[in-house]
Amino acid sequence: MNNPYIVLPIILQLVAAVVLMFFWTKTKAQKLLSIIFSVAAVLVAAYLLISVWHEGILVTQSGNWKAPFGITFVADLLGVTLVLVSSIAALGVSIFSSGSMREERLKFGYYPVFHFLVMGLQGAFLTGDIFNLYVWFEVIIISSFVLMTLGGKKAQLEGAIKYVSLNLLASSLFLIGIGFLYGLTGTLNMADLSIKIKEIQNIGLVNVTAGLFLVAFGIKSAIFPMYFWLPASYHTPPPAVTAIFGGLLTKVGVYAMLRTFSLIFGGDEFMTVTISIIAALTILGGAFGAMSHRHMSKIFGYLIISHIGFMMVGISIFTEIALLGTIFYLIHDIIVKTNLFMVSGLVLKINGTQDIKDLGGLYKSYPLLSLLMAIPLFSLVGIPPLSGFWAKIFFVEGALEARDYLLVISVILGSFLTLWVIGKVWTEVFWKKGENLPKQANGVYFDELSQTGKWSMVFPMLLLSFVSLYIGLGAKHVISLSQKIATELVDPSSYIQVVLQNQVP
Amino acid sequence: MELLLILIIGLLHAGGLYMLLRRSMFKMIIGLILLGNGVNLLIFLLGRLTKGHPPVIEADAKIFSEIYADPLPQALILTAIVIGFGLQSFAIILIKRVYQVLGTDDLDELNSTDEEI
Repeated sequence: MNNPYIVLPIILQLVAAVVLMFFWTKTKAQKLLSIIFSVAAVLVAAYLLISVWHEGILVTQSGNWKAPFGITFVADLLGVTLVLVSSIAALGVSIFSSGSMREERLKFGYYPVFHFLVMGLQGAFLTGDIFNLYVWFEVIIISSFVLMTLGGKKAQLEGAIKYVSLNLLASSLFLIGIGFLYGLTGTLNMADLSIKIKEIQNIGLVNVTAGLFLVAFGIKSAIFPMYFWLPASYHTPPPAVTAIFGGLLTKVGVYAMLRTFSLIFGGDEFMTVTISIIAALTILGGAFGAMSHRHMSKIFGYLIISHIGFMMVGISIFTEIALLGTIFYLIHDIIVKTNLFMVSGLVLKINGTQDIKDLGGLYKSYPLLSLLMAIPLFSLVGIPPLSGFWAKIFFVEGALEARDYLLVISVILGSFLTLWVIGKVWTEVFWKKGENLPKQANGVYFDELSQTGKWSMVFPMLLLSFVSLYIGLGAKHVISLSQKIATELVDPSSYIQVVLQNQVP
Repeated sequence: MELLLILIIGLLHAGGLYMLLRRSMFKMIIGLILLGNGVNLLIFLLGRLTKGHPPVIEADAKIFSEIYADPLPQALILTAIVIGFGLQSFAIILIKRVYQVLGTDDLDELNSTDEEI
């Protein structure tokens, strides 16, 4: 039962990146082609989601090697949903880059590397092999290194040193974890690991391995004691790059944790308690960090951390209802965070600064644009019918059910602090009376852009805001999707069965 | 053989971590390289060292009759070496650029992106 078309999202991005390389200096052609490929990627991902929804989990074995021996690609609902959501975010960023990126950067291969990055993301979401997951992670980080340093500004290089060194360390830890797993079980296929790990007597060693994975993915997704690289580096690259980083990179870490802790390690008391404490501290640490800063991108950077904590709630409690919250939040967060960094990019383009003390009067000068920007900001807070709200109900419900009151308190407190921070941003940037800011010498301002230039920055925000509104107002559909994914995560037997094709009960 | 490998792995990890904790950027990269090599050897060790035949099955046989060596750890290490090589070369170029632009090798002086509010 081979369904080779499930790797289509990966191939499409690879082709996009290679084709774009042939237009190295022709930036106009690159912009157009990138958008066309991104639209195609969204369509392919949507088709894949529909077929997985109807036919169940699809599998392809590369080179036709039977399951535990070859590399398996698995399209289950979780993976495919994330492929779709990330392609939508990538489409947004692709359009946004065409308006906001400087020509010099585009001429040094911004678009090809961007598509390599998205390829890595799609690969990570679709693979069923733990070592292959490592390889996709490396594809992601090497592309992100290039995007981070492209342009070579002073702050960028300084941020990149922190980002690069910690990510390299995380990769080493991930690799040690894989080595341990292989030594313990003699397999790398995640479905096969899931069966074999249960037969191991030495629980201590399994826990050490789980700890290694937690730290490795924890550094990548910026959880509590390991998040300091994120606010030190995410605000340094151009806004379009930050948008794709903020929306997707940390979420891959969360995805990897969801996968490994549902399939391989799961239900261990010690890990559950550890993750729940980490989740609470991540929520509060991120929120307090966001309160103490004035640079818009830095504030949003800390909010990423805080909301990674929300997603950890589901991973720690691991009941269906809490996981439902995590999946819903993951879908919502990818779209909203990408949008949010575009908002801060647009504010930078309009005013030439991101310091909220200096900014002001945006609502007066751009009323319609401000209303558009209000959608991601208030979705993030989770003001009722908007998208952030629904997930938090499930978190609180799940935590109450599990009698984990620490998490209940931190989720509620975290939401309030997010509201406080967004309220501050809104009053400072949009309502406060604006002053005339000194114009910077280099850089094109929003007013000076052509009509297409303006629309290429506003349209992606419109697109992602529309998706956010759909997630919020059409929550019924997203909830039923997340419900199904959560059921699959809690009981991975169907995943295992499909991958191993009934060789093992 | 195992004991020797364990000692080497321990040494590489200890040396790598020590170098990572130094203040110099250059030493940090050396640390990461040492650590990477330590990890590769660790996979080699954990994949079990066996003095066996190559895992090629005879045409008329259905199963292996003799002890065979597991080829998978070698494939994993090979992949990891290639990836590590790419990442490390990038990192070395990066520190060269950072040194040229910022004029310092001291990690403690790279704190402007953290400190500004």
